[in-house]
Amino acid sequence: MTLTLGHFLSLGAMLFALSVIGIFLNRKNLIVLLMAIELMLLAVNMNFVAFSHFLGDMHGQIFVFFILTVAAAESAIGLALLVLLFRNKSNINVDELNSLKG
Amino acid sequence: MDVKTGLFYLFAAVLLFASFRVITARNPVYAALYLVLAFFQASAIWLLLRAEFLAISLVLVYVGAVMVLFLFVVMMLDINVDSLRQGFWKHFPLAAAVGALIALEMAAVLMGGFRLGEAPRAAVAANSSNTLELGKLLYSEYLYPLEIAAVILLVAIIAAIALTLRTRKDSKYVNPADQVRVKARDRVRIVQMSVTRAAEPATEAPVEAAKENKA
Repeated sequence: MTLTLGHFLSLGAMLFALSVIGIFLNRKNLIVLLMAIELMLLAVNMNFVAFSHFLGDMHGQIFVFFILTVAAAESAIGLALLVLLFRNKSNINVDELNSLKG
Repeated sequence: MDVKTGLFYLFAAVLLFASFRVITARNPVYAALYLVLAFFQASAIWLLLRAEFLAISLVLVYVGAVMVLFLFVVMMLDINVDSLRQGFWKHFPLAAAVGALIALEMAAVLMGGFRLGEAPRAAVAANSSNTLELGKLLYSEYLYPLEIAAVILLVAIIAAIALTLRTRKDSKYVNPADQVRVKARDRVRIVQMSVTRAAEPATEAPVEAAKENKA
């Protein structure tokens, strides 16, 4: 029994499903929401690398490289927003983010 | 079942367990540490897929930079965890349904008629390396996206600093532009006055003393 593409795609799908569940469960805690987004990006990257390996195409790995870049930028800005939010509201509850509500 | 398959199952099991703990951990610090474990396992799986450069850069970028950033932020904020955990399991049925739906849909796609190259094709020639091939592609065909990625990182740096920069109200801050633009006549004021001056007649003090005597 050798490894097939299906193994890696199944792993990616399970990881993605787990992080979707995490977003539903931790809908109040903004930090864990950001972590779940990182896990989602990891699942997508796993699919990219698996396809790149099994198709013999390096372009998939280039895409993973760019996704890593964008994910790093996203988490840096997200955490900066989080710090700003905590400074202004003294908690990070997503339910209280209704200042723009009319 | 060869060694590679066994290693894959080991890494996948630890990865799924770590990501499960990330989304259920009570303390955000533990969640961040489990996320570090998950990234290490994913990096090992990428090594199995012969993506050495990406595996190492995943450890460097994520574990070395992003997760340290997460840990710093988690430890800097004084979060009341219990209020964030209220109603944690309330939406669990919906979450489980959505997760199971995603997993089942992916399983249906993978089980039925998705037969793509059972054996891996070699992406890299035997005498070359993964990093070399990646670098050749990155600096020739993907040069323009690479520069855009650099700009994105620059924007992220500036945005993160601009968002969190806090100027203290009691700091004695001087605008550098004003400092550069200052002239000598703004700082030193020359007052014309005579060298000697006649003493003024001291009349007021005796008058006040006389008033006090009368009182």
